[in-house]
Amino acid sequence: MDALITVLMAMVGGAIRVSTPFLFVSLGECLTEKSGRINLGLEGTLVLGAMVGYMASFETGNPWAGVIAAGLAGFVMGALHGGLCSLQRVNDVAVGIALMTFGTGLAFFFGKPYIQPSAPRLPSIPLADWTGIPHLADALRINPLFFLGIALALLMAWAFRTTRIGLIVRTTGDSAAAARAMGVSVIGVRVLATAVGGIFAGIGGCFLSLYYPGSWNEALSSGQGLMAVALVIFARWDPVRCFLAALLFGAAGALGPALQSVGVTQGYYFFNAAPYILTLLIMIASAKGRLAMRSMPGELTISR
Amino acid sequence: MSRGPLSRRTLLTSVAASGVAASGLAQTVGTALAQTNITVGILYVGPRDDFGYNQAHAVGAAELKKVPGVKVVEEENVPETIAVQRSMESMINLDGARLILATSFGYFDPHMLAMAAKYPRVEFRHAVGLWDQAKHPQNAGSYFGYLDQAHYVNGIAAGLVSKTKKIGFIAAKPIPSVLRNINAVLLGARKNMPDATVQVVFTGDWSLPVREAEATNALIAAGCDVITCHVDSPKVVVETAERRGVMTLGHNASQASLAPRGFVTGAEYKWETIYKGFADNLAKSQKLPNWVRGGYDLDYVRNTAYGAAATDGVRRACDTAIAELKRGAPIFVGPIKDNRGNTVIPATLDNYAPPLEGINYLVEGVIGSIT
Repeated sequence: MDALITVLMAMVGGAIRVSTPFLFVSLGECLTEKSGRINLGLEGTLVLGAMVGYMASFETGNPWAGVIAAGLAGFVMGALHGGLCSLQRVNDVAVGIALMTFGTGLAFFFGKPYIQPSAPRLPSIPLADWTGIPHLADALRINPLFFLGIALALLMAWAFRTTRIGLIVRTTGDSAAAARAMGVSVIGVRVLATAVGGIFAGIGGCFLSLYYPGSWNEALSSGQGLMAVALVIFARWDPVRCFLAALLFGAAGALGPALQSVGVTQGYYFFNAAPYILTLLIMIASAKGRLAMRSMPGELTISR
Repeated sequence: MSRGPLSRRTLLTSVAASGVAASGLAQTVGTALAQTNITVGILYVGPRDDFGYNQAHAVGAAELKKVPGVKVVEEENVPETIAVQRSMESMINLDGARLILATSFGYFDPHMLAMAAKYPRVEFRHAVGLWDQAKHPQNAGSYFGYLDQAHYVNGIAAGLVSKTKKIGFIAAKPIPSVLRNINAVLLGARKNMPDATVQVVFTGDWSLPVREAEATNALIAAGCDVITCHVDSPKVVVETAERRGVMTLGHNASQASLAPRGFVTGAEYKWETIYKGFADNLAKSQKLPNWVRGGYDLDYVRNTAYGAAATDGVRRACDTAIAELKRGAPIFVGPIKDNRGNTVIPATLDNYAPPLEGINYLVEGVIGSIT
């Protein structure tokens, strides 16, 4: 019973600790795709954001300056993608892959001197210290960026549903012709949506270097940026579902280490693969029927 | 350069090399040939300051640089691809390296072997034991340190400082060298705490920072109050444990600066002993040994200077253990059972006994499974 509680607590804690980068990157990608473009370069943006955030935090001594710097780096990467894709006959998927390598390369190049030093980390909010239960207190020591992510997901869902800006982004993503008829600059909307999506991904990256695991090195991202892109598809371009999917991914990732720590040691390769197996299962389940395709923005290169 | 087709690259580099050699010659003639100049090239698979495996080699290289007459050329982040051969050729042809130290597992076959065949007058040495006298060139070889001896000392320390009697071990993969270190920690801990256990979490790869942090948190949640690991860079593990207020034992290089409160000691390689030995051989024009192995007996490993969490008692016990290891006291005192109840070591094994190279079990007291 004790072991079960430990595992459950580890999964709840893991969901909260590990999910934030997934959440931010998938929200960024969701916004970009809603406007009709795919940005596969967010993995590069995530890594660059992690490095720039760490660098700024170390140089200024203020981790929140790191968050802002990471957002700016993400903005530049997103604007670059948006700008390049606005040229004639440029494929957004190809540009995304190029920017993925570019972002990672830049981060590794400029990040060398920051592997060794320790930068100040983001604080956490102790929500359950008053209970006096150590497991619960540890699981519920939460970073403010997590709450920012939730707020952002709700805000985006509301904006897409009820605001004029949301309508413009959705229309641009579903039919460029209709958007033009509305008098909207399709390219302008898409560049802006990609750049803002980049900001989110950059912030997601600095969560890795400034909070959890909380240091910069070249192996920091294990593909979170890429998995988050897949996450958008099975969240069916819904920001709130992006949040739930990110939580699920975090919990699944915590399963392997948690089971081994309570003595369930057989088959850890299988449990460590839990997030990927989960992705496959959810993809298969959600791809059935026409429901999945109905929510996909009509202008995406993969749907045209 | 006599073998193989003359490619444009080799032509260019050899032209460049002759230019460098000519200018170098002019200098040495000018300053008189009083001291031998030896250039050593060293390749790392990752960054030199990773708080881990690469840093341990870089510390050795830095010590080697201090030897008069020795020049060291280094290259970081060399992937285990054809890039290895390019780096080695440039070190040999442009820098005049007479000894190449290949520190990563995948550098050996085919890259180092191809270079050893192409440059028979240059010596090549590889960390990890893959060299085989019957099959491989005689100007190649391998060297390694038995880190389990330093991990055994870690275990001694853990057995004295742990209150919960549970030691957490975050391991990358269940291969013999990792399993040997885990077993050594348990045997060391049980020396003073017969009911100590070591709880293992395998992450599945050498560098997975997020999963290593998760594993550290999970082990602490399960009651471990001393954490150690065998992953490429223990930085994340040590930092996470320090934040959670538990004690840590290091691995590969010194992580003492990352845990000012909870650091006890750590298992470190002492590559400089081997590197200085090689340089000495070169300076005296002796044949370099092809097969170099050793632990505390030859000063190839060490324990990190004690941290804040090491009490006087711990320091004394560790110093004693180190002195005993230097005299050859065995770690694997038989009979030893594995954690499934089978007797795996019937009689005491010497610390350098070949059966220990193939350990494929976790000893009794380790909670974990290799499958």
